[in-house]
Amino acid sequence: MSTTDVRLRDLEPKVPLLEHGHDYASLTDKIAEIVDTKPHPKIWFVLFAISSCGVLLLLYALGLLFTKGVGIWGVMIPVGWGWDIINFVWWIGIGHAGTLISAILLLFHQDWRTSINRFAEAMTLFAVVCAGMYPLIHMGRPWVAYFIMPYPNSMALWPQFRSPLVWDVFAISTYASVSLLFWYTGLVPDLAAMRDRAKNKLAKYAFAIFSLGWRGSARHWSRYETSYLLLAGLSTPLVVSVHSVVSFDFAVGIIPGWHTTIFPPYFVAGAVYAGFAMVLILAIPIRHLYNLKDMITMKHIDNMAKVMLVTGLVVFYGYLMEAFFAWYSGSLWERAMMAHRTFGYYGWSYWALILCNGLCPQLLWFSAIRRNTYALFAISIVVSIGMWLERYVIVVTSLARDYLPSSWGNYHGSLWDQATFLGTMGLFLFLFLLFVRFVPMISSFELKMLLDKQKHHGKAH
Amino acid sequence: MHSDHDTPEKPFGLMAEFDSPESIVDAAQKTYDAGYRKIEAYSPFPVHGLDEAVGFPSNRVSLMVLICGLTGASTGFLLQAVSMAYHYPYMIGGRPEMSWPMFIPITFECGILFAAFSAVFGMFAMNGLPMPYHPVFNVKEFTERVGRDGFFLTVESSDDRYDADETRKFLEGLGAKNVCVVEP
Repeated sequence: MSTTDVRLRDLEPKVPLLEHGHDYASLTDKIAEIVDTKPHPKIWFVLFAISSCGVLLLLYALGLLFTKGVGIWGVMIPVGWGWDIINFVWWIGIGHAGTLISAILLLFHQDWRTSINRFAEAMTLFAVVCAGMYPLIHMGRPWVAYFIMPYPNSMALWPQFRSPLVWDVFAISTYASVSLLFWYTGLVPDLAAMRDRAKNKLAKYAFAIFSLGWRGSARHWSRYETSYLLLAGLSTPLVVSVHSVVSFDFAVGIIPGWHTTIFPPYFVAGAVYAGFAMVLILAIPIRHLYNLKDMITMKHIDNMAKVMLVTGLVVFYGYLMEAFFAWYSGSLWERAMMAHRTFGYYGWSYWALILCNGLCPQLLWFSAIRRNTYALFAISIVVSIGMWLERYVIVVTSLARDYLPSSWGNYHGSLWDQATFLGTMGLFLFLFLLFVRFVPMISSFELKMLLDKQKHHGKAH
Repeated sequence: MHSDHDTPEKPFGLMAEFDSPESIVDAAQKTYDAGYRKIEAYSPFPVHGLDEAVGFPSNRVSLMVLICGLTGASTGFLLQAVSMAYHYPYMIGGRPEMSWPMFIPITFECGILFAAFSAVFGMFAMNGLPMPYHPVFNVKEFTERVGRDGFFLTVESSDDRYDADETRKFLEGLGAKNVCVVEP
């Protein structure tokens, strides 16, 4: 063996990505059993009941919103964007980690993405469902939401294509469609495997329809792999563009605290940061409940924690730069905004944000904490709260104090803002639980490729 | 349709099962080298080199995605340019109507959207999917193992070199676990 090979082996992770003792059949069985034979843990039913209540709450809140209008929320001029847009940005940001795991890590040949990509993509999809709802319901007249699309109409009008809000429509709808396609394409071979082993007739029919008659032929795999790689290549700039466009919604406005060029990169980093926190919040209980510790190993958990640390540092740098440039610009309005943001009426939210997003993730420098799933779970929840606060600080404190003291005003979310937000969390959990129940949540064909690779690696020495 | 007096209908072909990725690549290569052309290999995951071994060195997915992506981007750009600069120009402070930098985000999103749709739907169409019925599903071992750990090689009866006995012997000589007839 050449010296490079030996060096490569030395660089191999000490904790394997896939525990030893698995073969192709055992991998397939273990993943498929969760869907087709094994009884589900009791906690699944409990969570399902809770999440169903969340969905009902959402339906009620939306029903009330549609009958009474956006007046039931706390929004009032000057703060015309409140929890609705905060939650929109929060959810869409969470989605981005799924795309990062499935696309960017695929392009970089990061094998550790394999056992977490399927449910991270599902997480993306459901987060986008929750996010996409907000721009629609925050309109005063949601029944004419189609006005934002360019379509031939009797008024001969077009949307203003120079507006970031219209870019948002295109970015979010493209992102939702591409995420769905990417997820579904990855699922087809596994659905075919489920079809072939299904005993239940109804399940067999359903899997047969959704697997499109996939039979694993070499020619099909060839086109499939090219297509999958291209989708990854397309999703990578897409995910960056989506959150950049979301940040343009603010950065193009002239409100102090919004009008900064740092927004796109720092929003994208924040999205990945929040997303990885959510992946950890989902992965840690799942690997425990479904006994998947041999597939989602400590190596995965550790890597995700490291990504969270890095993106967290980028986000923290963003906060520092925001403050620095508010001062360095010499602009009276920017300085006043920063003073208000840090020590004004909403000061508590800024310092809570620094605590959650700036200080708390510094704990991730210690490998003992990265490898302690309880600590990591807690940190992930703190980070999620921190990322919500970040959007709260950006949206609310900037709008509450703009140029004219006559147009200043304070804002608080109403009970229905909170109910809607809780409801979307219920919907997210509801969809995720259904996914875990009916769809193989780990990509078995990709794990088999990984196993094949590991075998070859073992043989080479 | 041609028919023998023994069998009422000509079989689809022969199927041989192998138990590892290496052995199927090797077998497919040897079958191709022996002059068989209507051959296909099946595996539970993409096996590198298997597509070349069955005589399918490259595919046209990338080209199709490129064309569709460019079509999408031009559609997106034209949609904006035509509507904003020609069909219904807004006069706001004397700003240019053909403000192309402002059209880039939507141009980009449309390009990605079209490319991704073609990458998925085009790929499935090229593969001839959805296809609810295919003769290989008649083989019980195939449906049991192709999604788990089975590697299969088929030689179609329409191949010029196909001969029920000769081909079977040839496949068995490659080290197949078992060889069976695929009903049409």
